[in-house]
Amino acid sequence: MEADAARLIGAGIATIGMGGAGVGVGIIFGNYLAAAIRNPAAAASQFSNLIFGFAVTEALGIFSLVIAFMILFA
Amino acid sequence: MAGTDPISQFKVKTLFSFGTIGADENGANGVDLVFTNSALFMVLTVGLIATYLILSTRGRGLVPSRLQLVSEMSYEFIANMVRSSAGTEGMKFFPLVFSLFSFILIANMWGMFPYFFAVTSQIIITAALALLVMAVVIIYGVWKNGFGFLKLFVPSGIPLPILFIVVPIEVLSFLSRPLSLSLRLFGNILAGHIVLKVFAGFIVSLSALGALGMFGSILPFVMAVALTGLEFLVSALQAFVFAILTCIYLNDAIHPGH
Repeated sequence: MEADAARLIGAGIATIGMGGAGVGVGIIFGNYLAAAIRNPAAAASQFSNLIFGFAVTEALGIFSLVIAFMILFA
Repeated sequence: MAGTDPISQFKVKTLFSFGTIGADENGANGVDLVFTNSALFMVLTVGLIATYLILSTRGRGLVPSRLQLVSEMSYEFIANMVRSSAGTEGMKFFPLVFSLFSFILIANMWGMFPYFFAVTSQIIITAALALLVMAVVIIYGVWKNGFGFLKLFVPSGIPLPILFIVVPIEVLSFLSRPLSLSLRLFGNILAGHIVLKVFAGFIVSLSALGALGMFGSILPFVMAVALTGLEFLVSALQAFVFAILTCIYLNDAIHPGH
């Protein structure tokens, strides 16, 4: 029983890592928006860079989510 | 609680079996040839894409019909993406990128129907797609550049002492690419479907409490509707992200120097 409880607590703790990814994704979109307001003409050309940065940052959050799933179900 | 287990929706079920091949005399160690619900939805995905693209472009109108316009727009969309991130040389990989994009997009969209199976929520599928991309990148990069492909790990214009730190980091980031490429798609679709199921479970368990609970279950219902909208966005975005990362990795294989 204690092992089950520890597993659930551990899975909960593992998801804290997603908070960091949330901060990172927020910074990326916030800075893109700030730059797009300063220079709207250049915004469209940087959209793929935005998605690239978003994807790479988000992957780190997904890693911690996968760790949580592995603790829970594997 | 039966019926609201958020994980059971990802269970791969056998629809029909072709039997077992390669088993020894005890009937062990064989490979089961079975047609699963995962395979069914992959067939549906490929069937829908192929049927739509063939039928919509069959007229070959100079002034495109509405159906033909969708095909042409998706071609233009991917072609512009490949050209802008991998250059005109990257256009020889256009069929790969377009197939990956349309397969992931339509597979995600099939998965959004209730009771349908989300193919991309199985890590074996996303890992196979990511390994295909990495195999193409490495084989083409080595075939085209030879040992020059290793310049990928040595950024130019960096002082020698710092290279000792940068090169291991570059190698590590290259090695983590297939991992992140597959886990991103898998994690997004899996987490999205679990969250949808959990909120749908809240509606059921709240409305079982009586009149007050039924009134309270409006909140998770609104949330479930909003999350369904978000999941459609995530489905399309992840297909786009997979395609654009493929282009960026292919660009490394075509032009390895930084």
